[in-house]
Amino acid sequence: MLCKRVIPCLDVRDGRLTKGIKFAGNVDIGDPVATARAYYEQGADEIVFYDITASHERRDIMLHVVDRVASQIFIPFSVGGGIRSVEDMRSVLLSGAEKVSVNSAAVKDPDLIRRGAEAFGSQCVVLGMDVLRVEPTGDAPSGYEVVIHGGRERMGMDALEWAREAERLGAGEICLNSIDADGTKDGYELTLTRLVSDAVRIPVIASGGAGNPQHMVEAATSGRASAALIASIVHYGDYTIAGIKELMRQKGVPVRMSW
Amino acid sequence: MIAIVDYEAGNLTSVKRGLDYLDIPCRITADAETIRQARGIIFPGVGAAGQAMRTLRRTGLDDLLRERVQRGVPLLGICLGSQILLQSTPENDTRGLELIPGHCRRFAPDLTEAGLPINIPHMGWNAVYGTDKAPFLFSGIGEGTEFYFVHAYYPVPAEPYWLTSTDYGTRFCSVLGREGLWAVQFHPEKSGRPGLALLNNFHDYCRKAH
Repeated sequence: MLCKRVIPCLDVRDGRLTKGIKFAGNVDIGDPVATARAYYEQGADEIVFYDITASHERRDIMLHVVDRVASQIFIPFSVGGGIRSVEDMRSVLLSGAEKVSVNSAAVKDPDLIRRGAEAFGSQCVVLGMDVLRVEPTGDAPSGYEVVIHGGRERMGMDALEWAREAERLGAGEICLNSIDADGTKDGYELTLTRLVSDAVRIPVIASGGAGNPQHMVEAATSGRASAALIASIVHYGDYTIAGIKELMRQKGVPVRMSW
Repeated sequence: MIAIVDYEAGNLTSVKRGLDYLDIPCRITADAETIRQARGIIFPGVGAAGQAMRTLRRTGLDDLLRERVQRGVPLLGICLGSQILLQSTPENDTRGLELIPGHCRRFAPDLTEAGLPINIPHMGWNAVYGTDKAPFLFSGIGEGTEFYFVHAYYPVPAEPYWLTSTDYGTRFCSVLGREGLWAVQFHPEKSGRPGLALLNNFHDYCRKAH
């Protein structure tokens, strides 16, 4: 049976982690490579890097990070943030990432998903979606609207429609982030997660709101997500990935336990 | 030296990175002489079977690989590489290298797991059972260990070549072949420590066979 995945997310700016990460006493705090390696050894099933480097000229720094990560960890990892073209995708994949994730650029230019899938295969192309709960309207009949720039800009697009469209264009996976749940630690937006998971036949990664391991169990069961993204609950040492997976296993969620 | 066969079927650097990490000398190559000198061959691949087979025929690598296997050089197929070792695959209606009897099949869209329709491709970590049928390859790796898969087609070899099994809506063959000619449907280079252990076991076998 296919395992549900637990995926830590690392935010990187100019080649360094943006948040202080306290879990591991003996790693270089702030080094994304050492941190990724530590999560790999703790049983992470995959790792997501989100590059928030502001300047496009400094993107080579991230490619160097990707190359070092690929030489030290032997699980899949994806890189997102500022990916605007097939060439951006190519450079990330050639540096050793398994997948590349697109978000705002795909909202503005949906065909980017198709071009990426055609060039590298659907399995390489992840659509990142930021979603806001709204009053159901003509633009967003599901009550969930696509937003960009961390939620500041509403796009007048229905989240469910966008998920289906992305699948049709060739996205291999959707990373579904709830702006409402993000940062609350109250749990994932399960209604949204389930709606999108049921609407597509590609894996959905639940994102935003993780506060304890029970939330990951809920994302995998009632949310029907294939994977759960986590950040601060492991970065700040509240939980370990191994501990989270052990609890998921006890609750009957299939997870990878040998690493 | 292990030859990682380059036949324009995807990015092969992740396999090389895995072997580099294990200090196993290797080369990504399409050169016949280099492949002849190798004490073992890794035949990876992602992408479409039709295009991959056309490249193999055009470059003559198809005959070379058959010749090396006949001479007893150990070979490890990975993912698409494992499917191409069979007689045929319905993907682009392609004839394979015919090194292992059998064919490939696509996951049927009506398959379910835990009552829900499966996603296709099969992507993620899944357990491998029956590893006692490939004892050398799985030396030190526990029964039911999970490996990382990404594939829409799966191999259906003749029964004696069906080594391990994995469940995804149906029970399919995840490792096929025989001693010295193995093919794995998963990606050992992306399967963490157990995957690296499997690559290391393959290298140990190559050293002994040499």
